[in-house]
This record gives sequence, structure tokens and C-alpha cells, in this order.
Amino acid sequence: MNSLKALTDEALALARGEVGAAEAEVARQLTICNGCRYCEGFCAVFPAMTRRLSFAPADVHYMANLCHNCGACLHACQYGPPHEFAINVPRAMAQVRGKTYAEYAWPAPLGRLYQHNGLTLSLALAAALTWFMALAARAPTGAANFYAIFPHNFLVSLFAPVFLFAVLALAMGVRRFWRDIGPVTTGAPLTPPAAAEATHDILRLKYLDGGHGEGCNNEDDAFTHSRRRAHHLTFYGFILCFAATSVATIYHYGFGWEAPYDLPSLPKLLGGAGGVMLCAGTLGLLRLKFRRHPLHGDPAQQAMDYGFMALLFLTGASGLLLWALRGAALMPAALSLHLGAVMALFVTLPYNKFAHGIFRSAALLRYAVEKRQPNRLGLGSD
Amino acid sequence: MTTDVLVIGGGNAALCAALMAREAGASVRVLEAAPREWRGGNSSHTRNLRCMHDAPQDVLVDAYPEEEFWQDLLKVTGGQTDEALARLVIRHSATCRPWMVSHGVRFQPSLSGALHTARTNAFFMGGGKALINAYYRSAERLGVQIDYNAQVDQIELAAGRFVAAWVNHKQPDGQLRRERIEARTCVLAAGGFESNREWLRQAWGQNERGEYPADQFLIRGTRFNQGTLLRFMMDQGADMIGDPTQAHMVAIDARAPLYDGGICTRIDCVSLGVVVNREARRFYDEGEDFWPKRYAIWGRLVAQQPGQVAYSIIDAKAVGRFMPPVFEGTQAQTLPELARKLGLDESVFMQTLNDYNAACQSGTFDHTVLDDCHTEGVIPAKTHWARPIDTAPFYAYAVRPGVTFTYLGLKTDANAAVHFNGRPSPNLFVAGEMMAGNVLGKGYTAGVGMTIGTAFGRIAGTSAARAAVASRGVNGEKA
Repeated sequence: MNSLKALTDEALALARGEVGAAEAEVARQLTICNGCRYCEGFCAVFPAMTRRLSFAPADVHYMANLCHNCGACLHACQYGPPHEFAINVPRAMAQVRGKTYAEYAWPAPLGRLYQHNGLTLSLALAAALTWFMALAARAPTGAANFYAIFPHNFLVSLFAPVFLFAVLALAMGVRRFWRDIGPVTTGAPLTPPAAAEATHDILRLKYLDGGHGEGCNNEDDAFTHSRRRAHHLTFYGFILCFAATSVATIYHYGFGWEAPYDLPSLPKLLGGAGGVMLCAGTLGLLRLKFRRHPLHGDPAQQAMDYGFMALLFLTGASGLLLWALRGAALMPAALSLHLGAVMALFVTLPYNKFAHGIFRSAALLRYAVEKRQPNRLGLGSD
Repeated sequence: MTTDVLVIGGGNAALCAALMAREAGASVRVLEAAPREWRGGNSSHTRNLRCMHDAPQDVLVDAYPEEEFWQDLLKVTGGQTDEALARLVIRHSATCRPWMVSHGVRFQPSLSGALHTARTNAFFMGGGKALINAYYRSAERLGVQIDYNAQVDQIELAAGRFVAAWVNHKQPDGQLRRERIEARTCVLAAGGFESNREWLRQAWGQNERGEYPADQFLIRGTRFNQGTLLRFMMDQGADMIGDPTQAHMVAIDARAPLYDGGICTRIDCVSLGVVVNREARRFYDEGEDFWPKRYAIWGRLVAQQPGQVAYSIIDAKAVGRFMPPVFEGTQAQTLPELARKLGLDESVFMQTLNDYNAACQSGTFDHTVLDDCHTEGVIPAKTHWARPIDTAPFYAYAVRPGVTFTYLGLKTDANAAVHFNGRPSPNLFVAGEMMAGNVLGKGYTAGVGMTIGTAFGRIAGTSAARAAVASRGVNGEKA
């Protein structure tokens, strides 16, 4: 209950116009960074910083979501621990990002689900698995077809509202975020060139390249592309799986071609490739995170991060398992497992780590706008 | 097996020496006095090196020819330099960067707020600590043995030849383990003595007010430059260069930490306002020249003031025109209130400010040029950017002298050899701050310390490897 009380206190403090501790810590650190600026070449955070003299909460939330937690500035920092200035920008930013997700969650009370996100995901998964297992147990034994176990319309009636709600909730959250960071990022409108650049930076994970193209840090001060590659596998694997489902939906309603599909059909190709990529990517991310330097990121968010990666892995792996077991006696169990994992993922989508991609994309879009506007600061020649 | 090259020190010059020696085929051991998290000495606080170039090069614009570099060096040192060694360093700076890149150093364009250096200085991406990290990674990869917490306090010499070093290894439990390390050759690159407060106190002595000014100095860099080896070599009769009272000193925020405050503790608003001492009086022309050309004299100016403290005073007009200070300034709505908050004599302070304000001639203020805003009839004059301090809120920043490095060092030659009675040692070499005084006898220009460290580190490493390989032959050992 302590964390709930802390959250309430902080919400009240914010309502009174006071600044939260996490935001104040970022402002403290960036004031020191602004007097140094050695890290300007690494990413978007420091060029954004040099356009500011002070760091209000809206600036802090914007910059925290620009930060990709690559670690470059931490290892390069002359003021990092054990220096008394104790500068650890990746950690301070991660702590604010945790607050961004919780405070911009929609509807607001559900932001609390971020407080014990490991528990949130575990309960969602347990409930979804139980639900599908129980339903599968009532299906006729020996059924070889998915829809004999779970009728198609039943699945659609279950997943469509959940998916649409997740989209709505994320959209409402990021809309408020966008409105809050707009004024502090010049307020200028998004232009096509800015949107194109930000999209490019998002899809390529530009800010995990270290600014020199050699990647980011993981366990030490050496640069590696492995995090970027594992994230690409995860993200594009997820997109391919999603595309497989979308194509299958079109097949079903548009052409009356019913699942199951088999190779070389498009849904199978997309889903198979996506599933393998998702599994490989999440395993890679888990392995990298396990070895991650202890000063990177926010230790309090470990459960959220590991939980999300594990759930994504389970989604991909159970999908592949289902394919392997089609026609086998264990197929209904595999189907329940897969549907349970997918349901848990989508039910928690607006309240799990997935939100990082949404808020970071919004921040990068605003950054692409802001950098195109003249810098208002008339600092002297030094 | 006897080490070929023993490098004492763990900053830029030391690692340049270690890497060059290793690349030349020598076995190399590096002794860094600091623990791993504090490794790299003052190099961790640097951000660029000054480079000669005859045409645009990646991050460097236009050209910065040898002659211009030399003239700049001549000007800042007031002639206290060795032209042959200086030109050696300058030419080296034109070609060293590809080698640096091959060891993982990356460059970035001139930082915002430092655009005046886009032509002369190549900035390290992530700064000096990123450079140091890259060199250590490369050294480890190449098989250089690195000892942290390894403090050398004594060297065995035989007729100007290096024989062995005595090192105290500080153990995790705080105990010291003493080791004698023999090596064929040795490179000394252990920095100046700026962190040794007792030595600074001796060097600066007592002033006419009975104060020991050095007691009030802050050290901008590492706490590990105790000058132990420098003192030892001096006592052994090595040829020295430079004046121990000479140090690069900047006026920095009085609230900066005692050590390792680095660049962010600077106060960049001097030329936008006035500076008064503890007696609330002005003492120097704040607008003499562009701040980047003047910041280095203010450390010494403040050191000469009572209590070694001064106050940079600005008004609201200056805010946003200089790099923001890390610590919040003292703020007040009126000048008398500001004086009270600073604990200064209010009437003297108001006299000083009123005299200054009345002396300001109207002109066209432009912080980017030497403008025509100046004072008339006030001593000292403010010759540029002089505008009345009259717009609330008013801000004050207390400043103290911050020592960057000392100039006292070992005399050397183009092979980086340590000298005894004018004769070069066959196997003892020196690099970095321990010899920078040969090139930079006084003064400073941005990035030249790293240029000297890189050039002489590489020369010392090459010389040491060559001497080690030659001595292997003499002793009939296998390579």
C-alpha cells in the first residue's frame, strides 16, 4: 500500500503544481549536462536539452521519452557514479518514463496497473489461460479444427472489443501526452518532412546506433548492435504476426476462405516468419537484459520489462507450437495456450511495456518538429 | 618474463604510449593509480584536441595551418615554448586522428555553444571519458596488462637508466601490497601535481594578507595527480622545466566540488556583467576580450583577491546569453538586497555599481562582436559589453580559482627521453602533463593539452618499444 500512498501523494503534489521527485531529478541532472554537453552527438536527448535553460515537467516527460536507454551517455559521463554529482541520465529518464506510462494511462485509474506490472501481467495471463482451458475442456473431444473448439464468431466477439479498446486507450493516452508536450516543443505543427524523418528514426531505431553507427551499450562501455537487432526481430516479428491475423481476417470475411491455412498461404508465411522472429528477438532481448550493466535503467521496472518480453515470447512460441501440433491430440491445449497468451497481451496492452513505443514515437515526432524551428536561445559564442 | 615497456599513469598520454608500444611488438604493462571507475586522470574531463589541417577534414572546417597553430601557441605562452618540440606536436596533430579512430575514438562536430572551435578543435564524441574507455578497450584487446589502484612511489635508476619501479597495490581490503616491477623501458605519464594541496600551498606560499591562497583553490580534475613521481624525479636530479607556481587556473563556481568538478562548474557570465571582490570593489576589465580568450586569466585574478573569492554580478538582460550555470545563482529584486544576501558591504557595493552604471556609454550591444558598449571615467574600465546593471531580478555567482593543471615538468626532447644533466636517458621516457611544460610553459589554448599528450604519448611509446627491442638484443634474449 505504500506505493499507492506515494502515488496519491505525488498526484496531489502535481495537482498543486509541485514537481514530482523523478522529474526534479531529471531537471537536476540536465542542468549539469547542459553545462557540459559532451554527449551531444549520441542521440536526440542532448540536442533537445541545448534548446532549454530549465526543465519543466512537460519538458522532462518529452525528453525522457526521447531517451532510448542506450547507455552511451552513462559510460561516457565524467560525472557518473561514484562522482558526487551522481549523473545517470538513462536511469533518471527511465524513472520518468515509468511515470509517463502510468500518468497518461487511460482511463486514469488503470495507470495503477503499472505499479506492480509483473503481477498485472501474471494475473492477466493466468485468468486468460484458465478461461480458454475451461472453454476448451467443454468442446467435443478429438476435434481437429480450431473452430470446432472455439467458433470463429465467438473468437471475434472476444478479441475484437479487447483489441479496439486497447487501441482507444493508447490513443487517448498519447493524445493527452501530445497536447502536453506540444507547447514546450515550439507548438509548431507536424509537417510531412518531420513526420517522414521521425518515422524513419522509429522504424530503424536510429537512436540505438550510438550516433557513430556502432550501436549502443549493454554490459559495459563497448558498443554493440545486438540490442538493436534483437529489438528489430521482436518488433518486426510482432508486425508480421499481426499482419498474418489481418490477412486471415480478410480471407475469412472477404473471400470466405476459412482457417486453418497451410503453407504456402500468405497468413502462414507471415505468421511462421513472424513467430520465429518474435521468439528469437524476445529471447535475445531477455538474454541481453539479463547481462545488462546494473546502472542502466530503472531497477523498479525490471518486472514490467521481463514480463512483457516473456509474454511476447509466449505468444510467438505458442503460435508456433499450435502449428506444429495441428491435428495432434494436444492441439486443443496448444490452442488454449496461444489464445490465452494473445488475450493477456492485448488486455494489458495499454498498461504494459508496449506503451513505450507509442510515447517514444510521439516524442520523436515532436523532436523532428522542434529541431526544424530556430533555437530561441541567444547564448554567446561560448 | 620481463616486461618490455612499463607505463606509469593511466590517462590519454599513458594509453597512447601503451598502444603504440604494443603495436610495435613490445609487451606492455600499465600502472594506473586510480581505481577503475576513476581511471583516465584529467583526460576524462577533456573534450577535444587542437588539430592542424590544411583542408577541411571530417569534423573540422576550413583550414588551420601549421604556422597559425604555432603563432597561437607562441602568443599564449608568451614565448615560453620550445619551437622544435612545439612544431613536432603541431605536425603530429595533423596525422594522429586516423590512428585514434583505429583504437575506437570517435569524433563529433563542435558542440553547440563552442562553435568558435569548429575550425581548430576536433571534439571527441562523448568527451574524454569516452576516449579513455575506447583506449582501455583497445589496450585490453591487444593484450596490454592493466593494473588499477597501482601507485608508484619510487623508481630504481642506475646512471640514468630505468631499472625497476616500486608500486603499492591498493587491495580491496584497503591494505597495500608492495611490488618491485622490472622492465626494459619505462614511460612516465602520471600527470602534474595539481591535486597535491600541500605542494600547491608550498608553491604559492603566504601573501601579504597572511593568507595561503592555495588553500582556497578548487581542483577541476582528478584527485590522483599527487605529483609523487614528479617530486621523486626532481629529487633524483632529473632535468626539470617550468615554474611550480604556474598553473592553468580558471574562475569557477565557488560551490564546485573540491575535485573533479570539470567543465560544468565554469561561470560564463563575467563579460555580461561586473565582478566584485569580497570588499565589493571591481578589480579588472570584465569586457577586455571574448570570454573564451579571457576565462583562463580570471583564476589568477581571483587568486589575488582577499579570501580568493569574487562575485560575478548580472541582471535579467544577461539571462539566456551564456551557458547556464549548474548551481543556481543568488537572486534578488534589488541591488542592495543582493549585497546583503552575499554578505557584502552594502554601501561600498552600491557605490561600485552606481559608479559603473553611470559610466556606461550607450552603444549597440552585441555579444558576438567586440561591441562599442564601454565605460568612461571608471577604474577599472569595462571596454566592451558594458551595459548598466539595472534590470531585476539580479543574480550573483560566487567564484573561486579552479586549478586545471600545473606546468612543472621533466625536460625532454623529440624522442620524449627524460634527461639527467643534459643527457637523455636511454630507456626512460615521459609524456603528457609531466612534460607539457616543454611546449606550454604558460597560458593555454583550448585542446592543446590533449594534442601534446597524444603526440608525446605516441612518441614515448614508440621510443620505449624501440629501446626495449634493442635491449633484448643486447641481453641475448629472444624476442
